[in-house]
Amino acid sequence: MSLDPVTLAVIQNGLRQVASEMDLVHEKTSFSPVISEGFDRSNGIYDRTTGEVVAQGELGLPIFVGVMQFTTQAVIERRRDLEPGDVILVNDPYLGGTHLMDVKMVRPFYYRGQLWCYLSNTGHWPDTGGMVPGGFSATATEIVQEGLRVPPVKLVRRGEICQDIVDIVLNNIRVAEERIGDIRAQLGALSVGERRLTQLLDRYGVETVDAAIAELKAGSERLMRAHIDSIPDGTYSATAIVDSDGIVDRPLEVVLDMTVSGSDIHFDLSRSSSPCRGPMNSVWATTQSSVYVAMKHIFPDVPINAGCFAPIHIAPPDGTFLYARYPRPVAGCAAEVAQRIMEAVFGAIGQAIPERLFATPAGTSGNFGLGGYDPEENRHYIMYLFSGGGYGGWWQTDGLTNGCSSVGISKTQPVEILEQHYPILFERFALREGSGGAGRHRGGFGIDYRIRLLRGEAKASFLMDHGRVGPPGLLGGDPGAVNEIAVSQGGAVTSPPHLSKGEGYVLSAGDWIAVKTPGGGGYGPAAERDPAMMQRDIARGYYTADEAVRLFTRPAAAE
Amino acid sequence: MAWQIGVDVGGTFTDLLALDPERGFFRVAKVPSTPEDQSVGFMAGLCALETALAAVAALVHGTTVATNAVLERKGARCGLITTAGFRDVLELGRRTRPNPYGMTGSFEALIPRDLRAEVPERIDAAGRVLTPLDEAAVRREVQRLRERGAEALVIHFIHSYASPAHERRCAEIARELWPNRFVTLGSDILREVREFERGSTAALNGYVQPIVSRYLGRLSQNLRGAGLGNELLVMQGNGGMMAAGTAVDLAVHTVLSGPAAGAIAAAQIGAQAGYPNLVACDMGGTSFDVSLIAAGEPALSAEKDIAYGVPLRVPLVDIHTIGAGGGSIARITRAGLLQVGPDSAGARPGPIAYGRGGTDVTVTDANLLLGRLNPDRLTGVAGGAPMERITAAIEEQIGAPLGLDAIAAAVAVLAVTTNQLAHAIRLVSVEKGHDPRDFALFAFGGGGPLHAVEIARELGIPTVLVPRFPGITSALGCVLAPVRHDFVRSIGQPLATVETGDIDDRFADQAASGRQLLDREGVPLAEIVVQHEADLLFRGQSHVFRVPVMAPGFDRSVVLADFMASYKARFDIELPEMTAMLANLRTTVIGRRAPVDLAIFAPAERSAARQPSGIRQVRFSGAWIDTPIYDRAVLNRGTKLAGPAIVEQPDTTVVIDPGATAAVDALGNLVISVGER
Repeated sequence: MSLDPVTLAVIQNGLRQVASEMDLVHEKTSFSPVISEGFDRSNGIYDRTTGEVVAQGELGLPIFVGVMQFTTQAVIERRRDLEPGDVILVNDPYLGGTHLMDVKMVRPFYYRGQLWCYLSNTGHWPDTGGMVPGGFSATATEIVQEGLRVPPVKLVRRGEICQDIVDIVLNNIRVAEERIGDIRAQLGALSVGERRLTQLLDRYGVETVDAAIAELKAGSERLMRAHIDSIPDGTYSATAIVDSDGIVDRPLEVVLDMTVSGSDIHFDLSRSSSPCRGPMNSVWATTQSSVYVAMKHIFPDVPINAGCFAPIHIAPPDGTFLYARYPRPVAGCAAEVAQRIMEAVFGAIGQAIPERLFATPAGTSGNFGLGGYDPEENRHYIMYLFSGGGYGGWWQTDGLTNGCSSVGISKTQPVEILEQHYPILFERFALREGSGGAGRHRGGFGIDYRIRLLRGEAKASFLMDHGRVGPPGLLGGDPGAVNEIAVSQGGAVTSPPHLSKGEGYVLSAGDWIAVKTPGGGGYGPAAERDPAMMQRDIARGYYTADEAVRLFTRPAAAE
Repeated sequence: MAWQIGVDVGGTFTDLLALDPERGFFRVAKVPSTPEDQSVGFMAGLCALETALAAVAALVHGTTVATNAVLERKGARCGLITTAGFRDVLELGRRTRPNPYGMTGSFEALIPRDLRAEVPERIDAAGRVLTPLDEAAVRREVQRLRERGAEALVIHFIHSYASPAHERRCAEIARELWPNRFVTLGSDILREVREFERGSTAALNGYVQPIVSRYLGRLSQNLRGAGLGNELLVMQGNGGMMAAGTAVDLAVHTVLSGPAAGAIAAAQIGAQAGYPNLVACDMGGTSFDVSLIAAGEPALSAEKDIAYGVPLRVPLVDIHTIGAGGGSIARITRAGLLQVGPDSAGARPGPIAYGRGGTDVTVTDANLLLGRLNPDRLTGVAGGAPMERITAAIEEQIGAPLGLDAIAAAVAVLAVTTNQLAHAIRLVSVEKGHDPRDFALFAFGGGGPLHAVEIARELGIPTVLVPRFPGITSALGCVLAPVRHDFVRSIGQPLATVETGDIDDRFADQAASGRQLLDREGVPLAEIVVQHEADLLFRGQSHVFRVPVMAPGFDRSVVLADFMASYKARFDIELPEMTAMLANLRTTVIGRRAPVDLAIFAPAERSAARQPSGIRQVRFSGAWIDTPIYDRAVLNRGTKLAGPAIVEQPDTTVVIDPGATAAVDALGNLVISVGER
């Protein structure tokens, strides 16, 4: 069936709107601040046979771009007994997932009695049990320590919620009372999707919408191929370093060999490090999705559907830490290891087409968790913060300061809101001076914050990265500053042995923690920086005059 | 002393409307805008209007001076005094990047880092002083900022919404040292939690204040010289207006005031015509602005970002803008899809039709090719549109890649455009829980009436309303707007534990502040209306819901029930076990002026049936149809037209598709029943 261009555009908008409306309802009704402020959720429409992504909300969390279709595929494979009105609940990382905190729901959508597609969503819950509040243990050595692992089970059976399942889940997690709100938010988003999709199909008919989906997929593939075709053929290699796995103090390497051949692109990660003991393993779904998201960051105009992944070929890196199997712990995969994989992709493509690219962004989610008891309010709390860092300088200008991680799009929680909710005082929430990597276009700056505990006791944990080496520059630019952590307990200040990771720090009233996040890499040689911009940077206190001389000195010959 | 004058300065034209409601007279004028100094065009327009200023009761001005200063980054040099440790709040923002995908972008804070100073002081979330204000440091830093050339000063302390004591003391000291009145306190502009958003709103005020002050000062002086006896009044982004003297202190409230005036006029015309529920659509050369009017009131939002990284948290008429106008460019993307906008050919080079060197196909070009626009009557284009060039360009750029001829390609361009416009309307209606079928579409601006029937059909909207003078709608809004002041105060406590007497007191304070401002401004008012609202949310959530409340007599159980009901209505979710939190108290004080009977715009009633001024071939639903063309000026009250028909007037063209019928109502509006496609 051939489609006129108008119907095609209308249906493309229509499918996107269904997913975006699901995202909106999910975000506005959820109780997890990670979802409502952090947008750490995603909603989409998936193919009834293959589970491939048909459409996904534009403002969904980037890392879920690829992951959601793998989840849906795992559900299709495992649950042959789905009926109208069912909703599957699953968070098993090994079944097309990320970490345990990303809880997915999958609902078969029937149109006039026929299975037409799957509607799926995922939301980051603040806790799913496990050895540390919030789930980001830096020292787990098997997944059972990380929290409750739910296989694909029917949360809703023919429209009736299964209270037994809800009870098991809520009995195994912290601050359970708000999670029933999150369950309803997620189910509510699926219901909205069902209503909107029914309207779309009523209006245009199954045959037309199916034909449009096929054409849109072909269009995305054509566009992605056109982009890949513009990269010179050849093999490019890049390495990215994970500080450590949190258990063994040794760097882990993501080694990428990327081959461009015409309009196809092949990613081989098989030279990467072996599986690790700590939670820095990545499951296969997350590894693939990381490559997809990196490509989407480089070529943002390609609409998200299965077509844009077709020219991207990733060999399963079996035997490495990027292909984790049960019972390897995986808490760090979606937030940190995913960003190292993306960094390797940015690095490899940066060698091929530096004139169109950017130097490496800070690339850590900067997870800081604090769980404790507030005697004044008589309540237990779990707080966790993600932090931004500097983006790399790029072909046009300097890097962005305090940008979100490359896997996320979340917003910082306001200091004033955090201080209302938790017994803490921010003594500083500032731009981290001097952290941007030197270059013709310097990197953006990281942030520098210090939090003092005001009352009671609390336990602090850190799951960050880039403490060992800073985000690399491009075209001769310098790396950005490394991540730094300091903890003050009873006046004694220490830093975690694993630099960017640590947990079990018991804080008493008056103790503090301080974090400095990485700056972005520089773009082009530092000596080529415009002296007027350098003067401006010094006037603004971005660099001291001494630093400017040390980092950006122009060779005498160039004067 | 009976003339009411509205003056709206837009990017291209300055529109003026003088209205004498008692005698039923009106005059309109349109003169070119003078962007380098808007007051020049303003005064020229007044001359064109031929109305003696001594006989003017109220002169209300919608200005883009503040909006342009922000969008073009041409505001004043501002200094910031802030809490030690928080100098970079404005620069760090909330960790966003410009687009979800792409690790690039750049951002400059409104106040550069070398003009942001810290002083020791700290107040906690409960409003208790943790560190006293270091007054010597304030003096030192204020002096230093002056020396560095700051013209305006912004004072922004952490948790000042909970206790403004430190900000106020700091301002006392600063005002002793500051050479002008440009000192802004965050807690004065927005007494609401969230340091970045409050700081940004305060910084915006400081950034535009000297610009607005100089402009209004110059203009007021000219007006006084020309004989105006009253204080000039200025439109706000919330759809109300205020005295020019107040506007200097609250300069940020004039941002985005132009489109707000249009929404106000739409609301009043709709209410008087019997259509209190409207989707107001203003389509110009580069953009399409949509707002929703329910029960005669434009919807407001206090969650706008005026640019990337620059939130503005004062209430503004909720106008959704997309880049789709007559000048929007149509093209085939690399994925092979037909796309219209968001980039525009603008006024220069403009559409191919203007013959000013434009080569990209635009929406206007497609309208011309299909006979919907008159090629000989393009405003400001001598000698008619170059139809052959247009045909060739559409065929080559759009038709060839899609395998269509030029006509089919032009039809496709308009269909995609209509779909995008309809989507923009869905965002402000359906996606906020409104059914478009309960609304009428109010079409204004040059392009609105051209596409209105098609858009309405796409959305199931039964009626389109085209006002008598679509091109001066914003100037009319200036004449009709009430005086208005908004206040907010953050609470952040469980609803069940707040002291109701305490809440009543806070509402009463806000109402008193508003009444004081009205007194000071001295605009003659017919009545004063005070409205109180509460923002609520469930503990643990981030998004607030607003419900109207009674004060005095704030009743927790009534407020809770209203909150639960509106939550259920919007999301179909009930959460009885969760804790409701009282986030903010909002008060709006509105001074209404004497109402204006818009029947004065209606043409005289005559019995003779109107004849078309001509007939033109227009493309409708796959066929060329001989379509009668009417001149709007001679359509009398009660005239009925059946589609297909086209109505032309100097500021717009109205397309009445086959199957639609139109009638001229008692206010001179063209009311179109859109019928079936």
